[in-house]
Amino acid sequence: MTTSAHGRAPVGPAPENWAGPVPDPLTDPARTRRIGEPMPRLEGLAKVTGRIKFAAEHAYPGMLYAALACSTIPKGRITALDVADAERAPGVVLVMTHRNAPRMNPMPGFGSDPKAGGFDTLPVLQDDRVHWNGQPIAVVLAETQEQADHAATLIRVGYAPEPAVTSWEEAVANGTAPTTIYGGPGRRELGDAEAALRAADVSVDEVYRTPYHNHAAIEPHAATVLWDGDELFVHDTTQMVAHSAWSLAKIFGIPEERVHISAPYLGGGFGGKGLWWYQVLAAAASRLAGRPVRIALTRENVFRTVGSRARTEQRVAIGATADGRFEAIIHTGASATSRSADLSEPFILPAQCTYAARTFKLGVEVAYLDMMANTSMRAPGGAVGSFALECAIDELAVKLGMDPIELRLRNEPRQEPIDGRPLSARNLVRAWRAGAERFGWDRRNPTPGAVRDGEWLIGMGCAAATHPYVRSPGAAARITLHRDGRAEVEVAAHDMGMGTATAQTQVIADRLGLEPHQVTFRFGDSRLPGLVMAGGSQQTAAIGAAVAAAHRELLAQLLKLVGDGSPLGGLEPDQVGSLDGGVAALDDPSRHESYADILDRAGRDRLVAEAVAQPPEELTARSMHSFGAMFCEVRVSSVTGEVRVTRFLGSMDCGRIVNPRTAASQFRGGIIMGIGLALTEELVLDDRTGRVVNASLADYHIPVHLDVPEIDLIWTDIPDPHAPMGARGIGEIGITGTGAAIANAVYNATGRRVRDLPITPDKLL
Amino acid sequence: MRVNGAEVEAAVDPRTSLLDLLRETLGLSGTKKGCDQGACGACTVLADGERILSCLALAVQYAGREITTVEGLAGPDGPHPLQRAFIDHDGFQCGYCTPGHLCSAVGMAAEAARGVPSYVTADLTADRVVLDRDEIRERMSGNLCRCGAHNGIVAAIAATYAAGPGERA
Ligand code: FES
Ligand code: FES
Repeated sequence: MTTSAHGRAPVGPAPENWAGPVPDPLTDPARTRRIGEPMPRLEGLAKVTGRIKFAAEHAYPGMLYAALACSTIPKGRITALDVADAERAPGVVLVMTHRNAPRMNPMPGFGSDPKAGGFDTLPVLQDDRVHWNGQPIAVVLAETQEQADHAATLIRVGYAPEPAVTSWEEAVANGTAPTTIYGGPGRRELGDAEAALRAADVSVDEVYRTPYHNHAAIEPHAATVLWDGDELFVHDTTQMVAHSAWSLAKIFGIPEERVHISAPYLGGGFGGKGLWWYQVLAAAASRLAGRPVRIALTRENVFRTVGSRARTEQRVAIGATADGRFEAIIHTGASATSRSADLSEPFILPAQCTYAARTFKLGVEVAYLDMMANTSMRAPGGAVGSFALECAIDELAVKLGMDPIELRLRNEPRQEPIDGRPLSARNLVRAWRAGAERFGWDRRNPTPGAVRDGEWLIGMGCAAATHPYVRSPGAAARITLHRDGRAEVEVAAHDMGMGTATAQTQVIADRLGLEPHQVTFRFGDSRLPGLVMAGGSQQTAAIGAAVAAAHRELLAQLLKLVGDGSPLGGLEPDQVGSLDGGVAALDDPSRHESYADILDRAGRDRLVAEAVAQPPEELTARSMHSFGAMFCEVRVSSVTGEVRVTRFLGSMDCGRIVNPRTAASQFRGGIIMGIGLALTEELVLDDRTGRVVNASLADYHIPVHLDVPEIDLIWTDIPDPHAPMGARGIGEIGITGTGAAIANAVYNATGRRVRDLPITPDKLL
Repeated sequence: MRVNGAEVEAAVDPRTSLLDLLRETLGLSGTKKGCDQGACGACTVLADGERILSCLALAVQYAGREITTVEGLAGPDGPHPLQRAFIDHDGFQCGYCTPGHLCSAVGMAAEAARGVPSYVTADLTADRVVLDRDEIRERMSGNLCRCGAHNGIVAAIAATYAAGPGERA
C-alpha cells in the first residue's frame, strides 16, 4: 500500500460490484481514522436539554387537535352513528366519519411497489365496515385536546356484528395458508427431512409458542399535518419517510412531489413506526377542516391502531447422529395475520443460516384472524424463531449429554446450509470461544437444579444470535462539496436513536478525507435523495453504499476540474482517492490537491455529486449474516418462580463496528428487549372479542431498570469484505438468541423447560 | 406558578394536566408524554424539588408551586452535571425518555439524601442512603426506556451522585 506523509492511504472509489473480489477501501483500518472511534452522539446535548422536537411538538397557528373514536367489535357493519352531540360539544370543529371523509385510495401495501409503505391495505374510513376491534371509526377535531377527547366520548355507534375469527385455535382450525417471506419463498427444503429425523440416532421434536409483542416505543405515534393548497406537509415519526410520502400521495391522488414528510428524530421505532391509519386520518381531516391538525395517539390508540408482532406456534425437530451431527432440521409452523396485512412472522430465518444439516424442512404459514394488521418488530422472525430453534438445540444437547456450545460448533456450516452460497466473513466460532472464556462457561454445572444459593436456583444458558445482512435497492446520496472544504451529505434516511447520524458522519469523514466537524449529514426528510427504510438493520450498509457511489461520482467530477497544471493532471477516476481534505493519486499520495484549491482554480463555489447505490448483488451472491453468541446467568426463586437475569454477555460477530459506543447501546437495547420477550412481554387479545386486553404500559410489561443487569459485550470486529465499510447490521440482532439463552438458563437452574413465552412465575411453580 | 424560575400566568381548562400545560400552553415540549397514564415516567418534572408525574397532575392544583423541567436543569455555567453524564455514558438512544429520567434522577437523589428508604434498602433507619447500583435501579424503575439505555442511565446517575447523594440536586 502507498501512503501519504501521515502514513495514510487515499480512499479510492468503492467497488462497482459489492459481490466482487474488491472490498470497500474503508474496510482497511489503515485508511480510516474515525471509523472505530467511540464518538459521542452529535445530537446528545440537544437531547439532554430537551431541545429536540418530536412529531407532536410542532405548533401552527389555527392548529386543531384530533381524537379518535374506535370500534368495540371485531367485525361487522356500522348501522347507526350519532355524532350530533359530539359536533355540538365545545370547541369541536369537525367530526369526520366514513360518511363525510374525502374519497381516498386504499393504502399501497408494503412490497406492492418499491415505494409502497402501508402495512395495512384497507381503505381508511371509506365505508361502514369494521375489520378489527379498535379500528378508528371517527375523528374529532377541536380547538384543544381536552375538547377533542371529550367530544369523542359523545359519539354513539350501533353495529351489526358478523361472525369473526378472534381466537388462534379457531384460526388454525380453519386451515393455515402458505405464504412468502418479504416476497421470497416461505418454504425451504433439502432432502427428506422427516425420513432423516425418523432414522436419526437421537432427536427432539417439540412445539414452541410465542405471543403477540408490541414495540412500545416510549414516544407514541403522532403527526402534525398541514395542507397548502394540494401540497401536504407532515411532521411524522416514521422509519420510512420516502415510502410514506409516496404512499400518502397515492392515497390522496396527488403527485408524489406534493407530499413532504419530515421526521428527523423518532422517539424509538423498532419496526412500529411506518405508515398507519393515523397519518391518513389526520391529513384527511385537516383537508376537510382547512386547518393544520395535530394527531397524537394515546397509548391505548397505539396498542389498538398500530400493528404488533404476530403470535407464532412453531415445531422444531432436530435429528442427530450419536456424535451430534445434524441429520435433519425441521422448523415449521404458523403465525397470525389479518387479511389486510397478509404478513408472516418469518421465524425460519435463523434455521436457514445458522447450522449445517444433511436435510432441511423449513416453512412458515399464516393463520388468518380478524385483527389489527400485524407488522415487523425488531428482528422479525429472528427474535421468536431463534427462541424455538436455540431451545431445541439445548434440548438435544441434554439428550446427547453434550455441552451445548460443543454441539453448535460441531454443526458449523462451511457454506450457506441450503443453497450453498459462499460464506462472507462468518466468525461465529470465534465469537463462541471468546464468549465462553469471558463468561466463565466452564464453571457451569450441566446438571439442572444443582446450583443453589438459599431460595435461589442458579443456572447458565447460551444461544446463537443471528440476523441477515440486508441492503435494499434504491438508496441514494447527494454530496455537496463547498469551496471551504466542508461537505454536506444528504440521504432520506433515519435516526430513531441508533446513532445513524453520528456513525455516518464518521464514515463520511473517512471516505472524503475530512474531519467530522467538516461534515454535515442531513436525513429524515422525504425531499432528500433515495429510498432508505430504517428496517432490516440495513441503514449503515445502505447509506454507506449510497455515499460510496456519490463519492465515486464526486472524484470523477473533481478530476474534470483539474487542469494540466494540477499534480493530478492526466489521472483517471479509478486512479485517485480522497485524502487530507483533497484528492490524491492512489499510487503516489504526494500527488495531492486540496478540494479547496481544485474548486478555487475552477472558480466554483461548490460541487454537487448525486448517485444511487449499486444494486445489492452481494445479497444473492454471498451468505451474509450477523451472528452472536449469547450467554446468560439467571437466578430463579424456588419460592415464587420469579426469574432474575443476573449476568449477560453478547459476543458479537457483525463485521466491522463503526462506532463502539453507539453500537454497544444498540446491542444492549436489543438484548434488553429480549429480556422482555423472555420474561414479561405478552400482548393479550381476548379470544372472544379480539380486543387487546392489556393496552397500556401498566399492563404490557417491558423491562424496567431493576430487571436489567449490567450487560457485557465483546465483538470480533472482523470486516466483511462484501459490506460497505465491512460493517453488517447491528440494530436487531441483540434480541435474537436472547430469549433462548434465558430459557436455557432457566432450564439449567430449575430443570423446567418452558416452551411457551413469556416465562412467567406460574410456569415455573 | 413558577416554571424554571419564571413566573407564569395561564388560564387553563380545569381538565388540563400539568404536562399539557407545559407542552401545549407554555411550549415547553422538553417534558415528554409517553402514556398520559402514570405508567412510563416520561413526563416526570420537579415540583418544589420533588419528582412528580406531570400527566397525573392537574395544572390548576399547582398554582403557586415551583416547577422545574428539563429545560430548567442547566445552570448558568452550562448543563447540569447529570446531563453531561448522560452524554458521557450514552444514557439514551432516541432521547424520548431522557427528560423524565433526568428530572426523576435529580428528585431521586434528593430523596436518598433525606434518607428515604427503598425496597432494596438494607438499613431502613439510616439517615442517608448510599446510591449504589441496586438502589439506583430500584428507585429509577418508574422511568421506562424502550431503547434499552438502562446501563448507561444507571452509570450516569452513579457517576454524578457517587460523591454523595443529593449533593448536586
Ligand atoms: S406520560 Fe406520565 S407517566 Fe407516562
Ligand atoms: S432512549 Fe429511547 S426510550 Fe429511552
